[in-house]
Amino acid sequence: MATQHSRSAARFMMAPSVVLLLIWMLVPLGLTLWFSFMDYRPQRGTFDCCVGFENYARFVTSSSFQDAVITTLIMVGGILAITVIGGIFLALLLDQPFWGQGVARILVIAPFFVMPTVSALVWKNLIMNPDNGLLAYLWRFFGADPVVWLTDYALFSIVVIVSWMWLPFATLILLTSIQSLDSERLEAAEMDGAGAVARFWYMILPHLARAITIVILIETIFLLAIFAEIFVTTGGAFGTQNLTYLIYQRVIESQNIGLGSAGGIIAVILANIVAIFLMRIVGKNLDA
Amino acid sequence: MGRITLNKVTKRFGDVEVIPPLDLEIEDGEFVVFVGPSGCGKSTLLRLIAGLEDVSSGRIDIDGSDATSVPPAKRGLAMVFQSYALYPHMSVRKNIAFPMKMAGVPQDEQARRIEGAAKALNLTDYLDRRPGQLSGGQRQRVAIGRAIVREPAAFLFDEPLSNLDAALRVGMRLEISELHKRLATTMVYVTHDQVEAMTMADKIVVLRAGNIEQVGSPLELYRTPRNLFVAGFIGSPRMNLIEGPEAARHEAHTIGVRPEHIAVSGTEGTWKGRIGVSEHLGSDTFFHVHDTGLAETLTVRAGGEVDLHHGDTVYLTPEADKIHRFDRKGLRIA
Amino acid sequence: MARAVSPQRKAMTTIVVYLIAFTLFFPILWTILVSFNSEAQAIDPPRVLDGSWTLENYTLVQERSDYMRYLWNSVVIAVGSTLLGIVIAIPAAWAMAFVPGKRTKDVLLWMLSTKMLPAVGVLFPIRLVLIELDLLDTKVALVFILTLINLPIIVWMLYTYFKEIPGEILEAARMDGATLRSEIVHVLTPMAVPGIASTILLNIILAWNESFWTLTLTTIDAAPLTAFIASYSSPEGLFYAKLSAASTMAIAPILVMGWFSQKQLVRGLTFGAVK
Repeated sequence: MATQHSRSAARFMMAPSVVLLLIWMLVPLGLTLWFSFMDYRPQRGTFDCCVGFENYARFVTSSSFQDAVITTLIMVGGILAITVIGGIFLALLLDQPFWGQGVARILVIAPFFVMPTVSALVWKNLIMNPDNGLLAYLWRFFGADPVVWLTDYALFSIVVIVSWMWLPFATLILLTSIQSLDSERLEAAEMDGAGAVARFWYMILPHLARAITIVILIETIFLLAIFAEIFVTTGGAFGTQNLTYLIYQRVIESQNIGLGSAGGIIAVILANIVAIFLMRIVGKNLDA
Repeated sequence: MGRITLNKVTKRFGDVEVIPPLDLEIEDGEFVVFVGPSGCGKSTLLRLIAGLEDVSSGRIDIDGSDATSVPPAKRGLAMVFQSYALYPHMSVRKNIAFPMKMAGVPQDEQARRIEGAAKALNLTDYLDRRPGQLSGGQRQRVAIGRAIVREPAAFLFDEPLSNLDAALRVGMRLEISELHKRLATTMVYVTHDQVEAMTMADKIVVLRAGNIEQVGSPLELYRTPRNLFVAGFIGSPRMNLIEGPEAARHEAHTIGVRPEHIAVSGTEGTWKGRIGVSEHLGSDTFFHVHDTGLAETLTVRAGGEVDLHHGDTVYLTPEADKIHRFDRKGLRIA
Repeated sequence: MARAVSPQRKAMTTIVVYLIAFTLFFPILWTILVSFNSEAQAIDPPRVLDGSWTLENYTLVQERSDYMRYLWNSVVIAVGSTLLGIVIAIPAAWAMAFVPGKRTKDVLLWMLSTKMLPAVGVLFPIRLVLIELDLLDTKVALVFILTLINLPIIVWMLYTYFKEIPGEILEAARMDGATLRSEIVHVLTPMAVPGIASTILLNIILAWNESFWTLTLTTIDAAPLTAFIASYSSPEGLFYAKLSAASTMAIAPILVMGWFSQKQLVRGLTFGAVK
């Protein structure tokens, strides 16, 4: 499809992007890998090379790691469940004929554009605060004791806050996918006697399968790295410390670089497992 | 000047050889048509000349100097693409001006040439429109206009008429031919349509699977096709090809007779048969004749208002000196 | 396609949709409402709706904490990293879309995979490098880092848009004597303006809201709005109304941009896998 000239030009044009990303990936990752095999605690002046896999062993066997893994799983799983199921429902609903589609769409997507620190603080203070929040007011209005959301139900609260942001994302993508379904196919199914439930189960859901997978994979990658929402609400307390936050604390707060780096490498490996699946799907799409 | 010489040019895509070693001379001022079925390599050949593809080996000379590794922009050729490839974000005027802008032609000279091209191509009223607002034929003319103003050594056309409807195609064919007469610049034209080839070309190059089957003027190809492929490809409707005893009678493996070289009679002739489908075009009538005792259905041309119909019995007589004879390999027997 | 739906059913759907849409939008709406109330009203929900309103929070936020500086930092970082990314990405996307080779697909996927690197894994080395270069808490550093973070998405989006432009037009430009530079500047870029615009829009949104690097690599000088808002997590005294005012200003421009780009958003966010 091309000449020698354009091919060498192409290499030249791609070079800046490729080289920059290569450096961006390899240098810090290499350093992290190196540190992960060291006893490196700047505050105590320790910088001893090569403790082998000791950091990894300590990181993995610590109870905070196990807690963080469980927290991460609950957090990611809960948010995925809420956003995917809610997203399918909302997408189906928004696909129905109703008045004022444009405005409704705008209202539904809006939370996705709110910066994480804003959404977390608005929820924490204006809505969930046990003294002055809206929910506390509602609870008192009905004669109940206000719930101390971010202390007693901290993990659940964070799941709600983050879901609020990602539900619009799932809805938007699933809605786009539903709308790309050939309406003649649905009409054919209707002529064949399929009711609404059968049409959903046999036509719409299989059509959505790919979009659902993509939503799950993309959300997973972002949700594994949830940081700001925890940072400004609980600071990792009350059982809300996910893997990202744990590593952050090891590195920045306790300044145990070796241990944190080992954790970082583990996080990279975990994220890559998810990424491989996503890449497969996106890659297949490239051929089409 | 626009003399193009291809010397043992080949093109491979990976392991697939699209063009086996190929030699070709295109004389200055000639209108050369590459024709062949789709996938025969004719467009690839044009793109090799344009420089949009590298040759795998061999040499391309333009006006006597080696252009094999010269980038397309520097070859002094202009190309008209199948999709017209107009710049959708520029007005017609800017589209036509683009190559001159790239070449650094002075403004007043640009204006003069645009003026001239627009006049010649009936585009004067459309100069400020965008390509999206034009009809297919007008877009085609803009593409040609953009090629003309460069004053190229040669024009390259890649199936330029295939996106137009039938009526427009005939008109544009004429316009391009007239343009060639007026400019007397070399034109290399790729098409799969043998009618375009026959009507426009000074020289036709028939290609099959990257091989040149025959090179010659339209009438040479019509009169003396070198092999069965060319015989079947040039001429419409297709030449009747007959094998078996009838061919053996002429000491050939296959004989060919064009529909227009067979006399039709209601009373007497060499072959007796029955009319199947008859196509009355007004100017001509084509009969598809069965049951002649030959394996093949014969197509024959009769006058416009012959009173013969489906099911009638007819007698057919080929003109003796218009019978083409081919050997077992499909090559013409002189 | 178009089939008559009974007005009753359509009305029902409308009501249900708007109930849900309103609920989802409510936290934003509430924030905006609170921002126009006094601090005393802000902590007492019924009084938020009592009809009195004030602009003083907006002026207070500016006076007390120099809001404009954070806003400016956000603008510089988001716009700067996006434009830098676009300039680096356009040639790469051109190459991938119009001169595809055997490895193009692998390179594209590899680029995306760098996006999936958990940031926390490389936080310390990045800080270390920035400290060495004396770039910690500078806008320059953040512009560069966010450029690198979003570069894969920019390349990817541009690639999918460029792929829709017929290659013949670029070949025509080449035949017309255009150099590679003029081919990209005069032909490709103007034709891809809609695609480039939505790429810019989406990336400004992403960079504006990015809140890992902006929180961990800034303290004061380069802190953008994400970090400024985060400072309200340990406030003193009454702050609901001021938080709301600051939040409203921080999200308003992005909401508007997001609404404009929502059609292109899906393609960008799913790397072209859903259109």
